[in-house]
Amino acid sequence: MSKRRPYVRSMDGWWKKNPFYVEYMIHEGTALFVAAYAIVLTVGLVCLGQGEAAWNGWLEAMQSPLSIIFHLVLLVAIAYHAFTWFKLFPLTMPPIVLNGKKMEPCAIVGAGWTAGVVAALALFVIVWGIAA
Amino acid sequence: MSEQKIIEIEVLRYLPESDQAPHSEVYKVPFTDDMSVLQGVQYIKDNFDGSLTFRWSCRMAICGSCGMMINGVPKLSCETFIRDYYPRRISVEALDNFPIEKDLVVDLSGFIEKLEAIQPYIIPKEPRTVEQGEYIQTPAQFAEYIQYTSCINCMLCYAACPHTGLDPDFVGPGAMALLHRYNMDSRDGGQAQRMELAASEDGVFVCGATGYCSEVCPKKVDPGNAVNINKINAAKDYFLRFLSPKGGAK
Repeated sequence: MSKRRPYVRSMDGWWKKNPFYVEYMIHEGTALFVAAYAIVLTVGLVCLGQGEAAWNGWLEAMQSPLSIIFHLVLLVAIAYHAFTWFKLFPLTMPPIVLNGKKMEPCAIVGAGWTAGVVAALALFVIVWGIAA
Repeated sequence: MSEQKIIEIEVLRYLPESDQAPHSEVYKVPFTDDMSVLQGVQYIKDNFDGSLTFRWSCRMAICGSCGMMINGVPKLSCETFIRDYYPRRISVEALDNFPIEKDLVVDLSGFIEKLEAIQPYIIPKEPRTVEQGEYIQTPAQFAEYIQYTSCINCMLCYAACPHTGLDPDFVGPGAMALLHRYNMDSRDGGQAQRMELAASEDGVFVCGATGYCSEVCPKKVDPGNAVNINKINAAKDYFLRFLSPKGGAK
């Protein structure tokens, strides 16, 4: 008779065992803050569709101290999410070959950041132009 | 001569014939600066307890046998040096996310089944006879997959992958890296067969992109990248079938 009795270790609390996993869980968790901000903006859009009074009400709600604190928390969480999201580029993207050489991970992350910042600035300039 | 240094090595022991669950034992091991953790564990077996069980072979990071959790990090114990931990205690445990067979030896059967399932061999596009000559491949075509051939099946990536621990049926990073190696080979025509597994419920989408697998890989295979590239490939296969004749049906 076999004396084998393989022991399976529990996965309880696995993400606390390694700083790498903690970072991963915070990264995944902060995605909820991105979703929360999307909901805030969607509510604004719905209010805009409902007319001037609803829109002004939303603008006023955005200026309350509680809303400003909430937005500061969102900013920190989303900044962390963005930072760790760009860091994942070399893992998730197919290799990019330039002049027969594979692009270095730091160059991929740098290019991602550059594209992100340029896109954000372009959007800002366009919206600023329309508003003016 | 300098004074003999002593390091404490805490080993997670599991004796299936007598233990209900693993337990730790601490050994005081004299060491020199050129000693690896593997040599420390061998010292314990030779001098303190001959029943301590672990796998090892080449002692030079080629065979992939001596992977262990060293202070919670999956490492090849032959290329991890005691001096880098001294004077702290070193804890040694069987690779995470695998059932423990005995002490530091894990049950490999699940991994072997996954390796078989990905068909890790060339399935020729067009079978050639000896008279037709060899399969020609350019250096550029070779460069497409060379990185993934470096895998030594040490399974550190599995020990690093929480998704494997949570879902033991997940094909996992190492086998996916090999799957990708053959799919990328210009001589191979087995991609459609392999992608069925990659796109299945046990395939690439179990991966949550933690990325620790690539971090711990001793051969810089970057198995996490192989998994994630195949998420894109599986998604492409899924959506492109709407454009292909007969909805991609065979």
